[in-house]
Amino acid sequence: MTKSKKNKIVSESQPESRRNFLNKVWKGLGILAGIEVLGISLNFLLHSSGKEKGLASYVIAGNVDDFKPNSVTPFRSGRFYISRLSDGGFLAMSLKCTHLGCSVGWNESENKFVCPCHSSSFEINGNVTSAPAPRALDLLPLIIENGIVKVNTKAPTKRQRFSSSQVTYIES
Amino acid sequence: MIPARALKLSVTWGLGGMAALLIVLQALTGILLRFVYQPFPGKAYDSIVYLKNEIFFGDLVRNIHHWSGTFLVLIVFLHLLRVYFTGAYHGKRQFNWVLGIFLLIFVVFSNFTGYLLPWDQLAYWAITVSTSMLSYIPFIGDSLVEMVRGGSEVGASTLLIFNNFHTGILPLLIVAIMGFHFWRVRKAGGVAIPESESAEENKIATTIPNLVLREFVVALILIAVILVFAILFDAPLLNKANPAFSPNPAKAPWYFEGVQELMMHFHPLFAAIIIPLMVIIILIFLPYLKYDSMISGVWFLSEKGKKTSKISALIGLAVTPPLILFDEYFMDVSAKFASLPPEISNGLIPFTLILLLLVGFYQFVKRKYKTNKAETIQALFVLILVVFIVLTLTSIIFRGKGMALVLPWN
Repeated sequence: MTKSKKNKIVSESQPESRRNFLNKVWKGLGILAGIEVLGISLNFLLHSSGKEKGLASYVIAGNVDDFKPNSVTPFRSGRFYISRLSDGGFLAMSLKCTHLGCSVGWNESENKFVCPCHSSSFEINGNVTSAPAPRALDLLPLIIENGIVKVNTKAPTKRQRFSSSQVTYIES
Repeated sequence: MIPARALKLSVTWGLGGMAALLIVLQALTGILLRFVYQPFPGKAYDSIVYLKNEIFFGDLVRNIHHWSGTFLVLIVFLHLLRVYFTGAYHGKRQFNWVLGIFLLIFVVFSNFTGYLLPWDQLAYWAITVSTSMLSYIPFIGDSLVEMVRGGSEVGASTLLIFNNFHTGILPLLIVAIMGFHFWRVRKAGGVAIPESESAEENKIATTIPNLVLREFVVALILIAVILVFAILFDAPLLNKANPAFSPNPAKAPWYFEGVQELMMHFHPLFAAIIIPLMVIIILIFLPYLKYDSMISGVWFLSEKGKKTSKISALIGLAVTPPLILFDEYFMDVSAKFASLPPEISNGLIPFTLILLLLVGFYQFVKRKYKTNKAETIQALFVLILVVFIVLTLTSIIFRGKGMALVLPWN
């Protein structure tokens, strides 16, 4: 009985609130340390992601005359295709299928891209002709300088479907 | 000291012991392989070829590792089925069931991370296809894929990450949880057997030699089977990985082929994310549902349970193949609801339909056979299990070029 009374008195006096304060400081520091460890671990895990972005790395694909209208040229090592549409416009597209990332192949006789994994197919301009692919093939930036076609292989952009604004024409 | 009745093989089929043995085999062969394997895209494939051609018994050790890994996934899954169908997840065993589910998940991820390491066409495209499934998670999908791969595509960082998980993090986790899992089995008083009053049935036997001898025999037989497989069937090694060409067909690892088959019929958001996640969450919470009877140690709970399980299995077997064929050849849902986004037309609508069918099935079993809650849930469990097995086998056996349905003998 006396003991608990004593305790009660102690808890109301100064030292106990100091102890309380110190406990809170310790807990706060502990949480802070936890966040630091988590942040550092995440940095280790994510060290390589996002490094490639922002670097414009245009590769030379060839002379404009190398590409015939209404034809598709594969660049396997750069993992992209250049389509020259029948009106003479150029399109550079990633060969990654938008469904699950397999490499699509160009089927010359049927005039379409076909994915070997789940048989999605795409038109020459990248539009989906048969599911399960949910959207058109990713677009890569393409420029034509002095009759030379260059493609930025590091900056694919997603698109729902083909539109004429995506096409690059030879400046006359 | 253990109850003599618990020694009978049909109580557990020795599956837990088998899984533990296979994990030991994996550790031993894995340590050996680690001395040779180099986790870099330029070297990985060549180091496997070197292992096969230059190192004495290198091929055999790799084959044992491959087949133990395959059997491990299978046996851990069978162990889960045994525990479920003998009702060994009530009371003191509740939490151990959860530990078991995590062990199953980690074993599958061990196998999955190991799948990439040979860096051949099979490995490269199986991992590309499987990790791409994550990109269908709303909002965070794309960054999640990038995190898992350590970049936008499967490459050097992916190999390093997978190797680290396969040879470091996952083995540590598995061994730690395994210790916990075993300790909980002891705490629950050993394996689940039906309660009995008779002195004859409650006789006690010593662990040594009775249990140890039986485990030893099971272990020897399993090692013999693994050896026969390792000698007769080589672990696959196709051409070196080539990011520019996908093989046709490109299939996920076999234990994910059920999910891949589901993806032929549902939008990936549902097939690869929502449905598997739902199944895992329901599995984890299975022991915590309120049951009106808590029978443990009896296969399929009761005679009625046996009967309804059989009926559910037959229904699953009879209904799934026609549904697959019907969806493949006759139904184009997304064309019917072309105005809706595919997540709804090919996802939410068929998914809701399937859920309603399952609810209908649950009510049907409950009304028709007057089953109690545990038996009705068991019937539903059997149905989903059989559907999953049919989907997996369909993808493994009947999916050919371009993932079209073909007969394997043609």
